[in-house]
Amino acid sequence: MKSPPVPVAPPEPDIRRVTPLNLFLTFTRITLSSFGGAIFWARRMLVERLRWLTEHEFVEVLALAQLLPGATGVNLAVLMGYRFGGWSGAAASLAGFLAAPCVVIAGLGVLHQRYGGVPVVQHALTGMSIVAVGLLIATALRMATVLQRQWLPWMFALLAFVGVGLLRWPLLVIVAALAPCAIFAAWSVRR
Amino acid sequence: MDIAQLGALFLHFLMLSFLAIGGAPSVLPDIHRYVVEVHGFMTSTQFAELYTLAQVAPGPNVMYLPLVGWHIAGWTGAAVTSIPFLVPSVTLTLLIAHLHARHPTALIGVAIRRGLTPITIGLIFASGWILLPAVNHDWRGYVLTTLTVVLVLRTSLNPLWLLGAGAVAGIVGLV
Repeated sequence: MKSPPVPVAPPEPDIRRVTPLNLFLTFTRITLSSFGGAIFWARRMLVERLRWLTEHEFVEVLALAQLLPGATGVNLAVLMGYRFGGWSGAAASLAGFLAAPCVVIAGLGVLHQRYGGVPVVQHALTGMSIVAVGLLIATALRMATVLQRQWLPWMFALLAFVGVGLLRWPLLVIVAALAPCAIFAAWSVRR
Repeated sequence: MDIAQLGALFLHFLMLSFLAIGGAPSVLPDIHRYVVEVHGFMTSTQFAELYTLAQVAPGPNVMYLPLVGWHIAGWTGAAVTSIPFLVPSVTLTLLIAHLHARHPTALIGVAIRRGLTPITIGLIFASGWILLPAVNHDWRGYVLTTLTVVLVLRTSLNPLWLLGAGAVAGIVGLV
């Protein structure tokens, strides 16, 4: 084993083993502090507090979680769990990530059904919904700032918006038509 | 809600599991199309409210799926929307995690990610576009939405404060 000399800190083990219980509790803590998406809080906990991963490693795992279909936060929990604890670690992280929110959501569902019609609740929900839509649009705008200044990616974004948002075509049709072309274009451009 | 409708709902969310590129917000337009426009299980405004509830609750933003399902058919509905959505993608992620440990960087992965990002952006714009008329009843709502966008992009405020401000604005009758 030859490794480059490390000036200050002793070399950290590349991948640590963490017990399933520890993973379960860690992801429960992440998910319970996750208001409006889990990625921000996952990074803060795993990179800044626990230092299980470096910034760079986190970005790599996050990119993979986004690339895979499904909910990004859920994919991230599975990938991290597997990385630190194998199959049982993945199961523990997933359970920790989803158990508490399921209880909260069930409670909210019941409350919404019972008190959703009360005027004060209704007005508060209206105001929050208006803000939630603004958050959604801001997310899209922020993501759009990383697009390269070439016409092709913008065209794919526009076609997806027009097809799904304006024409209201099924997502299946749009993704089946656009995704292969977009991936092929990115593949042939690769810089 | 009969068995055939529940089965159709299950299959639709099973399909969406594979189409959710870039996360749960990407499939919002298609879920809206299915449950509001095609089947009329709820109004567009109710759909937007359920989405908002999931946003103000702690947890991943995919949690609006079980809420929508719950509204349609109670506990069965919650299971029929979230289980088919989560199981295939989680299985695939596990498989990839297993393979990824052996072959860390593949060029094709970069191309797929770079290619799909613009589509994800277009889809999230579409989500906002579809919900805009559902939540905004007059010009004051549009002003608040615009203000939110500007504040998110120009400041580093926690979105929870903005949602709280929205609730207050609603209660005092500004929007």
